[in-house]
Amino acid sequence: MTTTVISTLEIDPDGNRGHLERARSRHNRLVAWGLVIPALAALIVSYAYPLVWMIRMSFNIGLGDGLYVETYSLDSYLKSLSDSYYWEVIGNTLFLGVLVAVLCVAVSYPIALFLARTNSKWKSLLVALAIAPLLTSAVVRTFGWIVILGTQGLVNSTLKGWGLIDTPLPLANSFTGVAIGLVEIFMPYAILGMMSGFGRLNTQLEEAASSLGANRAAVFFRITLPLSLPGLLTALLLVFVLTISTFVTPQLLGGGRVHVMATEIYDQTTGLLNWPFAASLSVILLILFGSVVALYQRAARRLGA
Amino acid sequence: MSQLNPTRRIDLGGVAFRVLVAILYLFLLAPLLIVVVISFSSNQYISFPPQGFTWHWYEILPTKSLFTSGLQTSLITSSVTTLIVLAVGVPASLALQRFEFPGRSALSAFFLSPLLVPTIVLALGLVLVLGPIGLTNTYAGIVIGHVSITLPYVIRTTLMSLETSDTSSEEAARVLGADGARVFWTVTLPIILPGIIAGAVMAFIVSFDELVIALFVAQSGKPTLPVQLMNYVATSADAAVASLSVVLIIFSALIVVVLERLVGLRRALR
Repeated sequence: MTTTVISTLEIDPDGNRGHLERARSRHNRLVAWGLVIPALAALIVSYAYPLVWMIRMSFNIGLGDGLYVETYSLDSYLKSLSDSYYWEVIGNTLFLGVLVAVLCVAVSYPIALFLARTNSKWKSLLVALAIAPLLTSAVVRTFGWIVILGTQGLVNSTLKGWGLIDTPLPLANSFTGVAIGLVEIFMPYAILGMMSGFGRLNTQLEEAASSLGANRAAVFFRITLPLSLPGLLTALLLVFVLTISTFVTPQLLGGGRVHVMATEIYDQTTGLLNWPFAASLSVILLILFGSVVALYQRAARRLGA
Repeated sequence: MSQLNPTRRIDLGGVAFRVLVAILYLFLLAPLLIVVVISFSSNQYISFPPQGFTWHWYEILPTKSLFTSGLQTSLITSSVTTLIVLAVGVPASLALQRFEFPGRSALSAFFLSPLLVPTIVLALGLVLVLGPIGLTNTYAGIVIGHVSITLPYVIRTTLMSLETSDTSSEEAARVLGADGARVFWTVTLPIILPGIIAGAVMAFIVSFDELVIALFVAQSGKPTLPVQLMNYVATSADAAVASLSVVLIIFSALIVVVLERLVGLRRALR
């Protein structure tokens, strides 16, 4: 309900209600805009203008070392799309996105299902444990993975201690390591996303099926899984977009050997100072990101979540 | 579902499922647990297995000037960012929820949209704009960079409290002659305060933890704690970073408790 009526006790002496109503709504509109304008200004300065300027920059020609020719050209885009190295970077990014999304959703699904179902008195603690890692810095969690996967890390020294390997496995500083780290880092998002999609999954259908003689597998594959597909799909898309735009984990856990779009944008910006080129890579990333986000929002709306 | 199955003796499938869930929880919490373990390890460099127990890595934390200066920068920029987004975000939410005006839904979509843009892309845009006017490597540059990504949290939680709050007391106050500002300060604000605080806590922690924008905008001049932490992880191999991480984890855990008390964690994070 809107509360635009100023006061029901106010009496219009001229009986000119229409005029007064109009004045009131004009006054309200002014107040509303007055309340909104500071936030609008803050976002234009800190967000809209930088994005627009970045897109404009992508049409300049970069000379490196922070120098560029101001023009309207597709030079930067042609450079990134004609060089096989950058195709590889884009390919790596998308492959990492698909791999992490699939694995992350697969390992998050049982937890989400468990949390959606359980009547345990520990439920709220378990939910908090599942999503609390979201509130710890990605640097800290990536550091944890470096400790686990590194040459002298937990996995390698354990395997060595058992005599299973002689030389350490190249888990850190590799694509594998980055994928493992990201799967874990995005699990809370996947769990949250799926749990909100599981709302309509009620247990009565499953109970009916099993009382009619369906075994566990049949109940799962014919009832539980189909009903949870929408939640699974939105979680997949969410983890995909998070992965293709993530920077910290590929940078730290990749050890300079994993080249994805985010690390390339960073190198071009801070190392080579080729701003138009970095901007063109960003626009390509933005387009990829935007199309998947649009898909995600359509899927989420269908879900009614 | 299994109670209805009369042939059930021991629910093997159910037990297997619980074991699977427990293993996956272990995977999810592994990096945090391992950081705790390593922070008490007496090994000089990070390695396994730990040879003994020590408080050493905690004791040297205050002497690491990289960390203390990073902490100072982070506390200053996160606090200022939070104050700014509260000052602009709460009035904007009020307008979006309590007033009817053209462009309202477009505006609210715009206010929430920064969360839909990859931060690395935004970070590049910020460098390109802030660089020429000399705001890179300054507190102001970091604050400007963090306003857009924290504002959506304040607006979302404030909108949520406004939507769920009962407007009848506001109407009563108005009928009794209070003007708009008085109604807000004496009636609306106390009602929606938990939502505003939750939004402020989220804004603070998002800004405090944010790495990419801070890295692009102020890497060499005013590195924040996450930036220092990242540099340290990339270049050093001792466990000082582990003890610092544990301190940060405890800090986050406290915030989780605060958020859970105020609005429920799931609602705050969505």
